Amino acid sequence: MQVSVQEADFDSAAEALALTQGRKDIGAVVTFEGRVRADDGLSALTLEHYPGMTEAEIARHVAAAQARWPLAGVRIIHRIGRLGPGERIVLVITASAHRQSAFEAAEFLMDYLKTRAPFWKQEQYGDGARWVEARADDLDAARRWQSPAKR
Amino acid sequence: MKVLYFAWVREKLGCSEETLNLPPEVRTARQLALHLAARGPSYANVFGALGNLNLAIDQEHASWDQDLGAAQEVAFFPPVTGG
Repeated sequence: MQVSVQEADFDSAAEALALTQGRKDIGAVVTFEGRVRADDGLSALTLEHYPGMTEAEIARHVAAAQARWPLAGVRIIHRIGRLGPGERIVLVITASAHRQSAFEAAEFLMDYLKTRAPFWKQEQYGDGARWVEARADDLDAARRWQSPAKR
Repeated sequence: MKVLYFAWVREKLGCSEETLNLPPEVRTARQLALHLAARGPSYANVFGALGNLNLAIDQEHASWDQDLGAAQEVAFFPPVTGG
């Protein structure tokens, strides 16, 4: 398990290769890459986070995923700072013997990154900025993992 | 105790972090928010209604009625929007 919070961009293919190189027990690798959309004339997104808590919170969710699915590897990168449309924001890679575990764990981790990890997005438009509000459907997506196993 | 503010909470208060000596009657997160609300207009604006605020005690999500105990660090912030 490796978690990074960084300003720098990342290379998803290189990260997937590093996670799986030399392994003969991995039958499934899911790579999810989140990107900035240019909705409504958005010019940039600025991501702020809570150093210390962010890493601790993500580590708690990775541990929960590892307890729930037989994972051979997990890699998470979340970018912070100012990002333009089309830029990568977040990377989640899950590796497992079989695809169902890899798919489900990747979705689980993304749902928790969106609703529990202490990041805040501010959207910049031509002449102003506004803080993004939490979305009810993100909370619903995270809630579906709460039963019957751990939250 | 160290108190941290993030996103629009930080912007409205014009402050990201401060160290406070709390009176002994401040025992829960809700009491801390009430105590902060009395510090001035910008604090009253942020802490007057807690419906849109979340908090963490020692870097873990917490609830308003949680006891502060021997907490070193409390943070107040809007609902998170990462991912």
